[in-house]
Amino acid sequence: MPLQRLSDVASDTSADPTRETTMPPDGDSALFQLERVGMEFGPHRVLRDITLTIRPGQTLAVIGESGCGKTVFLKLLIGLLRPSHGRVAFDGRVLVDLDDRELTRQRLRFGFLFQGAALFDSLSVFDNVALGLREQRRFTEAEIHDRVRQRLLEVGLPWSVASKKPAELSGGMKKRVGLARALAVDPEVMLYDEPTTGLDPIMSDVINELILQTRRRRPVTSVVVTHDMKTVFKVAERVVMLYPLSRLGPDEPQILYDGDPARLRDCDDVRVRQFVEGEARDRLTEMRLNNTP
Amino acid sequence: MATAQLPVSELGLAGVGARLARALELLGDWTIFSLRTVGWAVRRRPSRGTLTVCLHEIGVRSVGVVALTGTFIGMVLAVQAYAQFHKLGLDTRLGAIINLSVVRELGPVLAATMLAGRVGSAMAAELATMRITEQIDALACLGINPVHYLVVPRFLACLVLVPLLTVLADFMGVMGGAWLCFQVFHIEPHHYWHYSREYVGMYDLWTSLVKPIFFGAAIALISCHRGFNSRAGAEGVGRAATEAFVVSFIAILVIDFFLAMFFTSLYHQLWPEAAVKFI
Repeated sequence: MPLQRLSDVASDTSADPTRETTMPPDGDSALFQLERVGMEFGPHRVLRDITLTIRPGQTLAVIGESGCGKTVFLKLLIGLLRPSHGRVAFDGRVLVDLDDRELTRQRLRFGFLFQGAALFDSLSVFDNVALGLREQRRFTEAEIHDRVRQRLLEVGLPWSVASKKPAELSGGMKKRVGLARALAVDPEVMLYDEPTTGLDPIMSDVINELILQTRRRRPVTSVVVTHDMKTVFKVAERVVMLYPLSRLGPDEPQILYDGDPARLRDCDDVRVRQFVEGEARDRLTEMRLNNTP
Repeated sequence: MATAQLPVSELGLAGVGARLARALELLGDWTIFSLRTVGWAVRRRPSRGTLTVCLHEIGVRSVGVVALTGTFIGMVLAVQAYAQFHKLGLDTRLGAIINLSVVRELGPVLAATMLAGRVGSAMAAELATMRITEQIDALACLGINPVHYLVVPRFLACLVLVPLLTVLADFMGVMGGAWLCFQVFHIEPHHYWHYSREYVGMYDLWTSLVKPIFFGAAIALISCHRGFNSRAGAEGVGRAATEAFVVSFIAILVIDFFLAMFFTSLYHQLWPEAAVKFI
């Protein structure tokens, strides 16, 4: 539905003065608060009654099978999607209640690494990384140049790639340029959407190292959406596992696990253990039965 | 299923209702999109870099096709009108009918149609690709408003360049028609231009410049909207490009109809004694 896209629709908070634009902080000041969040695309329901908080500085991994709503969850955090139900608050402010200008200002506090890197085809690597800085209009061209150079170096890319177009780069290089672009604006929050998908094992580990390096170098809150368990065990301090609604009963919670990654393998829930071990078990038979006319 | 038991007439009615609701939803969404574009265009000018790229893509790269379209419009009109006018011995008045048709209607409408195909489809396909590869979301994540960054430069470029390209199409149409009349039909140039001047007035030239502003705005807003709301996959991109052209073309014809009505009645109001000539 085009109208559900928060970034593309004008929002007018002044129309309803009774609407709350803030949420009371939970415990010791949560950075994100999700309160009974649900998301639907037409008749297709993706998320249901998601309630959780993310504290500043935490590295959270969101895992789950394909189609369980992980990417949707990530896009709700930055206000790229408007929840069908419930509220998402960032730093105590409900995102859907922010007007265009304020939402844009809040987004400057985020960095987002997209699954396919989402580099701008028509721009060079340098311009891709510099774009966010240029649009802020508070840096000189020399400062932008220095910062782009520094970020490319940080993600292990040679300066010679700066003049290349994204089409000339490998998958791993694209991901690293995407990371350099996200880090260029010095974000407080880093969102990673499937950062290692489609990469070879070594490049996957390079990306994991970069996530850890980012956390070491700056006080950043990270949310990593992934189904790569190596990434989870290497970078996460907390794990949330979502389960596809199509496989859940009407009263079952969609979050199957929320806790320490070290205890994932000992979880009582067989569905969590099955995912962590990566075992199909009777899933293929089940799929065949479901698709039999 | 419940719907299977409904009588055919009700199913048809439900189908029409659903289509109507979808059309209204799209119209509402397009209206909000257009208002936001105009709002951003007024509030903050786009960067010189993005605007220059759009001006080059929409303007410079369209000069050839628009000139060719205009030339052939004039020549085809000359061929079609000559047979009729020659029978009546009114060969020298061909300039009036060719130039009036080119300037008032065919130049603006066919130039806009050509641009809807060349520029509109390309804009829709480009933005649709950016949508499905998450580049538009990436812009938003960098604190850049996608409408301001992507749509406003295209909108302004169309607003300025479609009228200029229409002037080119008109000029080439007039020249194409004149060349064929002089070189092939051996019509005397003095009388040809004399009757042209008599029938084609400043008002016609003015309307020929105003109409394309609306056509340009429609092409940009419709094409960018289709691109922004593209469905996933190659099929979605192709569909966005096709819809951008088809809807822009229909919009051009509808706008042309209403503008023709408006300009005719305005002419009647301003110069009632000359209304007979205008008709």
